[in-house]
Amino acid sequence: MVDDATVDGNLDDARRDATVAEACERALALVGGRADAVVRASVGTSSLTRFANSRIHQNLREDLARVTVTVGVEGRVARAGTSRLDADGLSAVVERALTAAALRPVDPHFAGFAPPAPVVPVDHWDDATAHATPDDRAAVVAAFVGGNGTEAAGFCSTRAVSHALASTTGQWAVGRRSVARLDGIHRATGRDEVADGCAQATSVRLAAVDGAACGARAAARARAGLGAISLAPGPYEVVLEPRAVAAALLYPALVGFNGKRHAEGTSFVRLGEQQWDRSVDIWDDATDPRALGDGHDPEGTPKRRLDLVRAGVSVGLAHDRRSARLAEVEPTGHSVGSDAVGGYPTDLFMAGGGLTPEQLVGGVEHGLLVADLWYNRLLDPKTQVVTGLTRNGLFLVEGGQVTRPVQNLRHTQSIVAAFGPGRVLGVGDDAQLVGGEGSTMHVPGVRLAAWSFTGNARG
Amino acid sequence: MMDLALAAVDAAVSAGARYADARAMVVRHEAMEARNRVVEDLSQSEDAGLGVRALMGSSWGFQATPTLTPAAARAAGAGAVAVARASSRVAGPPLQLAPVPIVVDSWTSRWVEHPLDDVSPADKAELLVAATGAANDAGVPLAQANYQAWDTEKWFASSGGSRVHQHIVECGAVVDATAIGDGETQRRSYPGVRGHYGTQGWELVRSLDLVAHAALVADQAVALLSAPPCPADVTTVILDSDQVALQIHESVGHAVELDRILGWEAAFAGTSWLDPGRLGRLHFGSELMQITADATLPGAMGSFGYDDEGVAAQRVDIVRDGTWVGVLAGRDSGPLVGAGAGGAVRADGPTRLPMVRMTNVGLLPGDSSLEEMISTTDDGIYMQTNRSWSIDDRRLNFQFGCEVGWEVKDGAVGRMLKNPTYTGISPQFWSSLDAVGGRDEWTVWGLPHCGKGQPLQVGHTGHHAVPCRFRDVRVGVR
Repeated sequence: MVDDATVDGNLDDARRDATVAEACERALALVGGRADAVVRASVGTSSLTRFANSRIHQNLREDLARVTVTVGVEGRVARAGTSRLDADGLSAVVERALTAAALRPVDPHFAGFAPPAPVVPVDHWDDATAHATPDDRAAVVAAFVGGNGTEAAGFCSTRAVSHALASTTGQWAVGRRSVARLDGIHRATGRDEVADGCAQATSVRLAAVDGAACGARAAARARAGLGAISLAPGPYEVVLEPRAVAAALLYPALVGFNGKRHAEGTSFVRLGEQQWDRSVDIWDDATDPRALGDGHDPEGTPKRRLDLVRAGVSVGLAHDRRSARLAEVEPTGHSVGSDAVGGYPTDLFMAGGGLTPEQLVGGVEHGLLVADLWYNRLLDPKTQVVTGLTRNGLFLVEGGQVTRPVQNLRHTQSIVAAFGPGRVLGVGDDAQLVGGEGSTMHVPGVRLAAWSFTGNARG
Repeated sequence: MMDLALAAVDAAVSAGARYADARAMVVRHEAMEARNRVVEDLSQSEDAGLGVRALMGSSWGFQATPTLTPAAARAAGAGAVAVARASSRVAGPPLQLAPVPIVVDSWTSRWVEHPLDDVSPADKAELLVAATGAANDAGVPLAQANYQAWDTEKWFASSGGSRVHQHIVECGAVVDATAIGDGETQRRSYPGVRGHYGTQGWELVRSLDLVAHAALVADQAVALLSAPPCPADVTTVILDSDQVALQIHESVGHAVELDRILGWEAAFAGTSWLDPGRLGRLHFGSELMQITADATLPGAMGSFGYDDEGVAAQRVDIVRDGTWVGVLAGRDSGPLVGAGAGGAVRADGPTRLPMVRMTNVGLLPGDSSLEEMISTTDDGIYMQTNRSWSIDDRRLNFQFGCEVGWEVKDGAVGRMLKNPTYTGISPQFWSSLDAVGGRDEWTVWGLPHCGKGQPLQVGHTGHHAVPCRFRDVRVGVR
C-alpha cells in the first residue's frame, strides 16, 4: 500500500512493483478528467561504495522514491515531480502540475501523449544484485584493492529500481532493472612520477563483476605506465581502447543523433551521407540483453532497435514525440524526460570487428595506444571538434609493439572526422559495456589513422 | 523536521557511531526553457528526505530515506552505522574530526521577490518568450532562454549538539543566440554562459534585463559567422570577468579542494598539482593574485549560513600575493593539513553525502581597468564568455574556448575574431597575470552546475572576478 508512505529498499520485489503501479493509478485518478496526463513512478535502492588511497572513504545507501506527473491541457504542458508517494504527496504533485500548466503559454508543437502500444519486455534484473549488502560491495572493493603494491581508488555500486508508467491515453508499462558497476584505478608511484591504470565492469549482476581481475588489470597497467616519456604534440595514428571510444562517441550521441538538434540545424548528421568509415555500424537498443535500459522512454513510447549509422552512412536520428512531430517522423522512444533537451540514444552500440586488441596494436608502425579520454568538451556541434586529455594509460607503439609509456597529451579533434571514410583502420573484437551517468555504450576498441594531439605537459 | 534529524542521530549513536549528523531537507525547484518564442519545458519538483552520516572508528557510513517519519529516520540512522561497519572492512588510518563549537541557530538568505511564490509562471514565461523573440528579430534562427529557481530548507543536527535550520532561496537566468552557418555554429550568451545565478530572489533576474540584451548577443552571433578566426599565436590575452570566473573555478577552485589534494577524488574528478607540504610557501601566480573563498558574500551563489557539517560560513584566504595559503576543507580533511574545520562541505540534496565544495572562490579587485588594459596593450586578444572548458585531472593543463574574441592593436579594440581559444599550465598562466581590474568592475558570478562526486552531485558555486590581462599566452589552438 502507498498509504503508509514508507519507502524501504528492503521491500520485497512484488511489493515494490505494486507500490509503483498503485502510485501511478492513484495519481491518474487524481488528475481525473481535468487534463491528459502521463504518470511515472519508481521505487528502489541505490548504493555506492567509494574508495581512495586503498580504503573505503565514502559509503552510502539511498532508498529511492519518485513520482513524476506530466499534464497537458490543450497544448499547455507542465511536469511536476516529488519524492513523496503518500496520498498528500500525490495530491500535491498533481495539483502543482495542473496549476503550472494553466499558467504557461501553449506549446504549438506539443505532440500529445503516447498512444497505447505494447512494450517489449526486457530482463535487466538480478535478484542478488537488488539485495546486495554493503558487505557485498566491500568484498568487491577489497578484491580490487588487493595486494598489488599500488594505491587504488574508485567505486563499486549497485542499483535496483522498479518502475511503472500510466497515461490517460491508455499506455501502461511496468518494469524493473538492476545494475552493478565497478570502476577504479590503481596508481603506481615512481621516483618523481605517478602512473594510473584503470579497469571497469558494468553488468546487471554484481556476481559478474570480478573485483580481483579488474584490480589486477588496473595495477598492471599502472606499473607499465612508470617511466613515461614526453612526446611532442601532433597527429598520431592511435588505437583507442573501448573506454576511450565510449568517451569519443558521447557528443555525437548527445547532440548529433539528437533529432531535435538536427531539426534546429546544429547537428553534424547528414542523413544518407557516408560520413563515417564503412566499418562503422552504430545503433541504439535498450532491449538488447547486453544493455541496461528500460523497455520504454519517459513518454511511454516503446523502445526498439534504432539504426544510426549503417556501413558508415548516417541513417537515423533519435526522437521524442515533440521532435518527431517537428521532423514529421514517428517517435523512436528516446525521450529523456525533457522537451527542451530532445531525444538521444542512451543504450548505444558500435559493432565489433574481427581484430584482437593485440592485432589492432600490431598494425601500428608508429602511433599511440590510448586507454581513456578525459574532460572532453565540445567546441562546435556541427564540426564535432572536441578538446580533452588522455588519462589512465598512454603508450607509444612502434613496429606493432607497445614500447614506452607516454605522459598525458591534450587533443583537439573532430570525432566525426577521426571516424570518417578511410580513417578507421581496424575494429576490435573486444566490445564491452561501458557505464556512464544515465547512459551506457557497448563499444569495441578501434585503430584510427590520425588523432590530433595539440598539447603536452608543457602546454 | 528537526525532531527527525535528532531521531536519526540518536539511532546512529545508539547503534555504536562515535559521531553522527543528519540533514532533513525539503527542496523545491522550478525550471523553464523557451526556444524561439515557445516555452518548451516547464518542470517543478518538491523533494524531501533525510540523510544520516555515521562514523565508526575511521570509517564513514551514510544512509538516506525519502520517508519523513520517526521510524524511517531511526532506521536510516541505524542503517548508516551498518554501512560504516562495512566500510571498516577496507579501513584507513585513524581519523580525527576538527573540533567545532556547538551551534543552535537559524539562518535565512535574503530575497525581495520569492522566485517560486511571488512570481507567476505566466510572468516568467512572458520574459523568456520576449527575450528569445528579441534575439530572433535580430536575425538568429535559434534563440534560447531559461531560468532555474530553488527554495531549500534544511534542518541539521549533530551528535556534538548542534542544531541549525537554514532557508536558502536561489535563482538565475540566461538568454543565448545561435547563428548557424555552413558547417559551423556561433553562439553568444548573456549575461554569461549558462547565465548568472545568486542566492537572491527574482529581483536578480529582473536586474539582468534579458530582453534588452538579447538583440546585442544575436547581432554578435550573426557577425561571428563572417569574422576571421582567432589566429594561432602566443600573445597577450585580456579576459572579461565572466571568463576569469570560470578560469578561477577550474584552475584554482578545484585545485585547492583538500579532498582532491589528499587523493580522495583520484579516480573520478582527479587530484591536484598542489603539494600540501608546500602550503604557505608555494608560488601559485603573480603577486597581483589575491584569491579568497568567501561564503559570507551577500547574495552570492556559494553563500550560506552554515555548511553541511554545521560550521559557520567564513572567508578563507586561498592565494595571497601570489602565494598559496589556504584550502577548501571539511572536518575530516582539514586537520590533516592544519586547516581546522574548513566550513566548505555541502551536499546537493538530502540523499547525497556532504563533500568538499567551492563556496565563493574568486579574485579580489586590483587597481587597473578593462579600458586601461586595452589602452596599454600593443598586440593581443580580448576574449568574452566561455564556450568550452577542459582541464586535466591535476588541474594543470587547461584549454578554454570563448564565444567571441576581439583583436587588440596599438591600444584599441579592433576586429571581431571567431573561435578564440587559449591554453596553458595553471601556475605559469597565473604567473603571467599583469593587470587586474578594479572594484567598479568586480562581479560575483554564480554557477549552478559544478559536477563532482560519485554519485554525481551538482553544486552551486560563486566566483568574484574582474577583467584580467595575461602575457605570452598560446591562443588559436587547432
